[in-house]
Amino acid sequence: MNTASVSLGASVSSQSRFVQLALVAFLGIFVMGFVGFSHIDAVHNAAHDYRHSMAFPCH
Amino acid sequence: MTLFRNVVFIAAIAGLVAGVVLACMQAFATVPLILKAEVYEQAGGGHTHDHAAAPAANATDANAMSSAEPAAPAAEDEGWAPADGFERFAFNVVANVVTGIGFALILVAASEFAGGIGNWRQGLFWGLAGFAVFTLAPNLGLPPELPAMPAADLTQRQIWWTATVVATAAGLGLLAFRKSLPLALLAVALIVAPHIVGAPQPDSFESPIPEGLHHQFVVAVTLTNLVFWLVLGAAVGVVRGRLTGTASGLRDSFA
Repeated sequence: MNTASVSLGASVSSQSRFVQLALVAFLGIFVMGFVGFSHIDAVHNAAHDYRHSMAFPCH
Repeated sequence: MTLFRNVVFIAAIAGLVAGVVLACMQAFATVPLILKAEVYEQAGGGHTHDHAAAPAANATDANAMSSAEPAAPAAEDEGWAPADGFERFAFNVVANVVTGIGFALILVAASEFAGGIGNWRQGLFWGLAGFAVFTLAPNLGLPPELPAMPAADLTQRQIWWTATVVATAAGLGLLAFRKSLPLALLAVALIVAPHIVGAPQPDSFESPIPEGLHHQFVVAVTLTNLVFWLVLGAAVGVVRGRLTGTASGLRDSFA
């Protein structure tokens, strides 16, 4: 994969690049899923207003 | 893992900035409407939260006073919740910052596959895409709800929400980065499909929440999210530009 002239982590092979970016994306999905989707009561209550304000499915 | 480290660094800064901005907007635009809705929730005697047990502190409605007491036992069932007032606000800020960083991680990872967000203006367009994927598309089928509004089974809605986000993201990605007519048609199909399937709906739409209050809430949620995504995209562009030491042109990132 040809990357744009300015990229982060200049000397990274395309395979390693893919793995690292995929890791980042999974980390993001995990964080978002935990705060926005967790069924644990305490997590739900702590982020209650946030869930409503982001229109995450709630209750 | 330099790439990983850099991407996480950019996402952390951008997510922090956008999350704080969003928390401030919510404090003025959406949370007051949620508190109002909780008064109706209390009056209706329906599903309650323990922090809703003392809405009288925030709302002036007399209904809250009369119904605060019977709601107290529900607190035992629902587990820990932040106390109303500062604690509740503080947890909202934390939730905003944490998920701001979560959204930023997803946004930066996705944009790096396409060459990266070169500057703040490019970031605005990535932000618009994020808004379309995470706010517009799922909210068509599942409009933002206030407490006490009827809704279908939670897990079903979460599945539909997730599927819609994935399909819309894939569709937008195909439209933006693939130059072929069949793929463009597939992209449109992907974006439309979740809405043909349809979001899980409640059995009855009867709600103690006035229509006007809900409409206000939908507008507030949509606009605060729009600003959040624009700030997030622009912040990623700025931080990334600082990190790479250059601001690459708009053309570089459209393959």
